[in-house]
Amino acid sequence: MARTTISSLFGNSPVKPLQAHMASVQECVVELVPFFEAVLENDWKSAKAQQKKISKLENAADKLKRDLRMQLPRSLFMPVSRRDLLEVLTMQDKIANKGKDIAGLIIGRKIEFPEAVSDKLIDFVQRAIAASAQAQTAINELDELVETGFGGREVKLVQSMIKELDAIESDTDKIEVKVRTALFKIEDDLPPVQVMFLYRVIDWIGELADLSQRVGSRLELLLAR
Amino acid sequence: MEYAIILLILACVFGLFMAWGIGANDVANAMGTSVGSGAITIKQAVIIAAVFEFAGAFLAGGQVTKTIRKGIIDADLLSGTPELLVYGMLAALLAAGIWLLVASRLGWPVSTTHTIVGAIVGFAAVGIGMDAVHWGKVGSIVMSWVISPALAGTISYWLFRSVQGLILNTDTPFDNAKKYVPFYIFLTGFIIALVTMFKGLKHIGLETTIIQNYGMAFIIGLIIMFIGKSYINKLKIDPEADRDFHFANVEKVFAVLMVFTACAMAFAHGSNDVANAIGPVAAVVSIVQSGGEITQKSALPIWILLLGGVGIVAGLLMYGRRVMETIGKNITELTPSRGFAATLAAATTVVLASGTGLPISTTHTLVGAVLGVGMARGIGALNLNVVRTIFLSWIITLPAGAIMAILFFFTLKGMFGG
Repeated sequence: MARTTISSLFGNSPVKPLQAHMASVQECVVELVPFFEAVLENDWKSAKAQQKKISKLENAADKLKRDLRMQLPRSLFMPVSRRDLLEVLTMQDKIANKGKDIAGLIIGRKIEFPEAVSDKLIDFVQRAIAASAQAQTAINELDELVETGFGGREVKLVQSMIKELDAIESDTDKIEVKVRTALFKIEDDLPPVQVMFLYRVIDWIGELADLSQRVGSRLELLLAR
Repeated sequence: MEYAIILLILACVFGLFMAWGIGANDVANAMGTSVGSGAITIKQAVIIAAVFEFAGAFLAGGQVTKTIRKGIIDADLLSGTPELLVYGMLAALLAAGIWLLVASRLGWPVSTTHTIVGAIVGFAAVGIGMDAVHWGKVGSIVMSWVISPALAGTISYWLFRSVQGLILNTDTPFDNAKKYVPFYIFLTGFIIALVTMFKGLKHIGLETTIIQNYGMAFIIGLIIMFIGKSYINKLKIDPEADRDFHFANVEKVFAVLMVFTACAMAFAHGSNDVANAIGPVAAVVSIVQSGGEITQKSALPIWILLLGGVGIVAGLLMYGRRVMETIGKNITELTPSRGFAATLAAATTVVLASGTGLPISTTHTLVGAVLGVGMARGIGALNLNVVRTIFLSWIITLPAGAIMAILFFFTLKGMFGG
């Protein structure tokens, strides 16, 4: 049975797939917590297993990203701009990529964390993941936004969520400064190459929160007419 | 006339076939938004369609039938050769029926209305002469094909914007839905009843004044509103349902409204599209019954409207159910609040056209109405390719119907003698 005029008028809404992608991204980055726990305990075997898991979850998110891109032809008429939507998707994807890079770098170089840094590290990672969780909460409001035609109360709700996301991000910035200061104090006692890569890992964890914040600001662009 | 009985039977068979085709394919399109929004099940849609398509065809189908029957062709030119009109109308029916069969097999979005109008204009212009066509009337029909989707889109846009303002974008959407949805139900009943009262009821022997019309429509609207209200009052908030999607309970209220707009849509569709099948039949019947005279004044026999209604319902029951299933599966993004805005806008436009005697495409009107809701940022994704295929179908269907009608016209003329 061929599709009729009315049924072919309706395209696949990008909202659910976008939310599914963000859920998959979040699933990937939360695995960083057990990963860091294993690394700090010097349990490289389970850290390695954990890193493989993260990489696998990142691949899953990648596949969702490609699928969504494929089903967004230019002829689609959507309540949001196609370009802004694709940018939200790209930002979401970068979060998972960053998570995978962090785990990959630590495993690849067997980076060990000095005690002065390690006691703040888990908190730092958890806060960064809280940022992406908040980004997910905001993205999950997209179907309600479509329902209300992007107006009124719902927009205010999402804006307050994005504000909260910004607060979490600046929180991670503060923790990052503390971790860096702790590392700075002891860096002369450590091999320079290790110090270099420690800074890089700290950088990347900070970027994790940064990218989540950018998901929020791209979402804000979607709200604007 | 020599072959009067044969021609009469042929007309009825072809007309029934057309009506069957409309019921099988077209009705599913008209009901698609209601089924897709999940407000009514397929079984309910079939029952609603059967009852209201028939009612629409019978009560309000007269005006458009008149246009198809004697509005397009200048029958005065044919007073000497009435058989030409009979052959022509038979040819038009056959051409439209076959073209629709082919096109729906191939999945082309053709319109029954466009096909039959193209076929009638075709045989008249070529078989009889360019003067035989009321080009002014044809022009206004073609104009209405452009205006009807645009009008439906405008109405649905504002309907949906009013829903946003009154219900969805407020602090208590559920309470406001309970408060305002009955008014939309009233509006649905009032509009449909009013247009029907104004234009439809003469042929069943009811003459009414303007005040009576408004009064009756108002009362019918109120009755329907109270029926709807009693259903809405029975609804209970289910906090569990709102966890994933915060408007789940609000949409339940709209689902009640959707049942009424689905009825309106079926009624509107019946009132406009039945004419495509029975208009030509009516023309043939009136000539044959009057013994070969072309009487412009003759009234439309009620049994012909019944014939059309029965044909549509038969097609719907035998085949339309399956088409509805496929459509329902494809339109899951349409929530009842949007489905209602689109359906009511389309139904209003179609009923208005029926009242004015303009044969329009219900499907294209509905497409316009859905796009209107999309303009209000209410639908996740719409495929604009459809708009292009609709334009293409305009360009292809009119000549296709015309050429086939011309062929059949000369064939029939050769067979029965002119």
